[in-house]
This record gives sequence, C-alpha cells and structure tokens, in this order.
Amino acid sequence: MAVYLLKRLLGLLPTLLIVALLVFAFVHLLPGDPARMAAGVDAGPETVELVRRDLGLDRPLPEQFVRFFGHALQGDFGTSIRSKRPVATEIAERFGPTLWLTLAAMGWSVALGLVLGIVSAVWRNRWPDRLGMSLAVSGISFPSFALGMVLMQLFSVQLGWLPTVGADSWRHYILPSLTLGATVAAVMARFTRSSFIDILKEDYVRTARAKGLGEVSVVFKHSLRNALIPVVTMMGLQFGFLLGGSIVVEVVFNWPGMGRLLVDAVEMRDYPVIQALVLLFSLEFILINLVVDLLYAVINPTIRFH
Amino acid sequence: MNTTPTIVEPAPSAVRTPAAEFWRKFKRQHVALVAGGFVLLLVLAATLAPWLVPFDAENFFDYDALNAAPSAKHWFGVDSLGRDIFSRILMGARISLAAGFISVAVGAVIGTLLGLLAGYYQGWWDRIVMRMSDVLFAFPGILLAIGIVAILGSGMVNVILAVAVFSVPAFARLVRGNVLSLKHQTYIEAVRSIGASDATIMLRHLLPGTVASAVVYLTMRIGTSIITAASLSFLGLGAQPPTPEWGAMLNEARADMLNAPHVALFPSLAIFVTVLAFNLLGDGLRDALDPKLDKY
Repeated sequence: MAVYLLKRLLGLLPTLLIVALLVFAFVHLLPGDPARMAAGVDAGPETVELVRRDLGLDRPLPEQFVRFFGHALQGDFGTSIRSKRPVATEIAERFGPTLWLTLAAMGWSVALGLVLGIVSAVWRNRWPDRLGMSLAVSGISFPSFALGMVLMQLFSVQLGWLPTVGADSWRHYILPSLTLGATVAAVMARFTRSSFIDILKEDYVRTARAKGLGEVSVVFKHSLRNALIPVVTMMGLQFGFLLGGSIVVEVVFNWPGMGRLLVDAVEMRDYPVIQALVLLFSLEFILINLVVDLLYAVINPTIRFH
Repeated sequence: MNTTPTIVEPAPSAVRTPAAEFWRKFKRQHVALVAGGFVLLLVLAATLAPWLVPFDAENFFDYDALNAAPSAKHWFGVDSLGRDIFSRILMGARISLAAGFISVAVGAVIGTLLGLLAGYYQGWWDRIVMRMSDVLFAFPGILLAIGIVAILGSGMVNVILAVAVFSVPAFARLVRGNVLSLKHQTYIEAVRSIGASDATIMLRHLLPGTVASAVVYLTMRIGTSIITAASLSFLGLGAQPPTPEWGAMLNEARADMLNAPHVALFPSLAIFVTVLAFNLLGDGLRDALDPKLDKY
C-alpha cells in the first residue's frame, strides 16, 4: 500500500507542473502588459517600469516561472490589484465557507444518490425506479442557479423559514448546499443504479440467491462492495464538479467563498487572485482524485498489486 | 457429384441496414421519441424565431405593463423594462441551441480525431494526448471556461470556445477507449492484410465503430453545455444585456424577484425543458445504440 501511495504521489508531479505552467502562462497570454495592469490605468511610464522591475517581469521567462513556482510553494501569490492586500490573506478568509459548503453538499448528495440508485436498481422498471430516475434526470437538467433562485424565493422570501444570503449559521448552509448538491445527487443516483444493475447480473449474485440468502444479504453483503468501485471514481469526479458548481451557487446566495471571489476577480481583472484561485482549485481537484484512487485501492485489493 | 451448391438468399426482412436496425430499437423508446420530437420542434422554432416573435425581443418596450404577469397579449408576461418575455425566450433559444450545438460539435470533432490517433498509434503520441486530457480534466469545466473568458474577454463566442475546449478530452478518451478495443479485432487485421493505409483503417473501419457511443455522448453533452453556457452568462461573463440569452435574463430578473418572480420563472423553465429533452433523447439513444455505455 505504501509503495502504491508513493507511486501515485510521484505520478501527480507532471500534472501539477503542467497546471502550474498553464497558470503561470495565463498572465502572459492576457492581452496587454501585466506590469501596466498591476500599476493601474493612470500610472506613468516610470511607474510602470518600476512595477515591472518590482514584480520581476523584466527577467527571462524561465527565471520568472521558477520564482513564481517557488513563491507559490510558500503560499505567496503577490498582492491583489483590487484590494491591495496579500492574495493569500484574501483567499484564507474565503477558503472555509467554500470548503464547508462543498462538504455539506457532497455529504447529503452522495448519501441520497446511493440510496436512490440502489432502490432503483433493486426495484428495476417498477415504480420506485421510475420515480427515482425521473427525479434524477430532472436533477441533471435543472441549472443550479435557477434552482437556487427558486429555493430562495420559496423558503426564504415566501415562507420566511430560512435566511436568504450570508454564511453565519448552519441554517445559512441549508439552501446553498441543497442547490449545489442536487445535480451531484442526480448523477450519483443514475450511476449507482447502472453499476448495481450490472453487478446484480453477475454469477456470484445468482449463487448467493441460489444458496437461499435473503435479498438484504445479497444486496448489502455481496453486491454493494463491488458496485461501489465505479461509484467511488464517479464521486471524485463529482467533487471537482462541486468545486466548479460552487462558483455559481456562491453568486446566487452571495456566499463569502472562493467562487464569488473568483467571479469578482475576473470582473475586476484582478490577475494575481485569479492565478492563485485557479491553482488552488486545480490542486484541490488533483488531491481529491488521489484520495479517490486510494479509496479505490482499499475497496478493490487487485489494484494495489499491479 | 454434380450438385451445384444452392445459394440461400436471406429473406429480405432478415437483412437490416444499420439505420433500420437503429430505428427498430429506437422507436420502442417512447420517452426519447417525444423528447426527440420536442428537440426538432425547438430547432425549428429557433430557426424561424425572427418571424415568429410577436414583439421585438430587444427594442420593444411596453411601458404600461412593466413586470406584468402573463396575459393574452404577453404570453409569458413582461420584464422590468417592459420587454415581452415570450419573444425574448424564443430569440434566446437561438443563442442557447447554437451555443450547445457548436461547442459540442467542435469538441467532438477535435476530440474524436485526437482519440482515433491516440488509440491507433499509442506510444508517445497517446501519452501526450492522455496527459493533456488529464490536465484539462484537472480543471472543473466551468473553472476552465472562466479562465478562458478571463483571457479572451466576456462574450458568447468566447463562452462557446471555452465550452468546446472542455468537451475535447471527454471525446478523446471515449473514442480512444473504443479504438483500443476495436483495433485488435479480426476485421481490422483483414483490412490491414489487404494493404489498407492507416488513414483508411482509421476513418473507414475504426471510426464507424465508435460513432454510436460518440453520438450518445454528444447528445448528453449538449444539455450540459447549454447549462454551462447559461451559467457563464448568468455570472455576467457570457452574453451581455440586452441580449435575450436565458442565463443573462435570469441574472437580470434577480433584482426583481420580490415583485415579479415570473420574470425568472420562464427562462428557468426554458433551460430546464430544453436540457431535459436532450438528456431524455440521449438516454433513449444510448439504450438503442449502445447499451454498454455508462449511464451518467
């Protein structure tokens, strides 16, 4: 297992390096002069030159990249153009609310998705299946920003049960996490169902039934573990989707998280913040995929020995 | 022995062209048939929208009916600036459908070619393509799109480009997987032994084998792409007001949710019904064409 972990960690390095290179190249791909953008619109030519030297933009590109990468490793992403505060501080404040929102959404949506998927597979083509799958296909078709607006209108504005915007108490988490998780629950339900249906056709399931085991034992002891293997992979992909989806949901609910920071940064062309956020989002996604791969190895021993 | 071998002609009904075979299976998918009909109707309505709309979508202002609820004159009501929502939805269908179709088509063509080459030649080329898709996959779709829009500036064309970019790796992986499993089959060996070139093998013999799953995936992908494009417009990074794009319309409606929730209702429903139709059509196509393809 340790060897497997080491191999997987080393395998991440090239991907991480390419992502860092892309994020670094990002500033140089932008139309216009990064030094001028950092200096501001009404800075004179001398100021722009000063900023250029200050930011190291006059050095050769490879040297700049090493500097950027070195600083990024230490958590130094420069200063936000908009707020003039260190990017790291800006992000640190926003990191928690996004993480908790994503985890809350992931928690309920995976649980519900698994239950819906298993129920649909076991009662295949009967009414629980039809109901579950109708819900699921609606879930993947309803855009999250529209769902968020509907939920807010209904539960916060009309009924007054829940707060509308902000992230101060657990009650603030209910609507945003529902909105964010709806698509994931739907995808997980569809995926679990198809994975489970495949497993229920296997010979060993027929054997389990033939030797007189009850349906509960067949489903939970013999099928679940095997059906979970592809489901766990899907979960990892969905986590990335949640990170992306949080951007939209945070705007709808005015959530003080990284997603809204990113949208604001794009609008204000605040490049250091965009760079840091994109790098952070990607890093998170890559790490989650690693965790998923490890989980995968725990569930399925044959992977470890390859 | 002078018995001539008799050639048994197969009964005409036993021979089915691939198209007939597809139709035989697809016509049993009633939900998908309805969804497909709806998609056709929608494409027709979107194409003819400039002649169908009762009012000008951007430049007609009914100042006596600001935020008015649906009525015989304004079927879907009026927005806060006095514009007819029905006309705007209909014109918006052109934008959303075009965004969905074009972005996925571009992504599918590039992705399929890359996947064909990667699966057929394998080796270093395969490793480069797959490593690049890993990296593209490392960016959640909408994040990648926001990055591209941040570089190129906001606007619908850039949104379509961004959505196309993140469709590429998905198609590349799908086609590569298909090619890997097809290329060792006997019929490929047979065409190679009669001297067919690599290009002929790939385009004439491997490509058709991957078309079915690519078409299914494409249909599903259109729905996702329409949502992503609308999300970007909702965030203010795509179509700009007064363009009647559905996501942008929802963003505008947010300010007046208290007084006029119907202004937000109809664009939401439009996106939902359209994406639902593509997803149901995709489900039906998958069941008819490729029962092995994963259901998600």
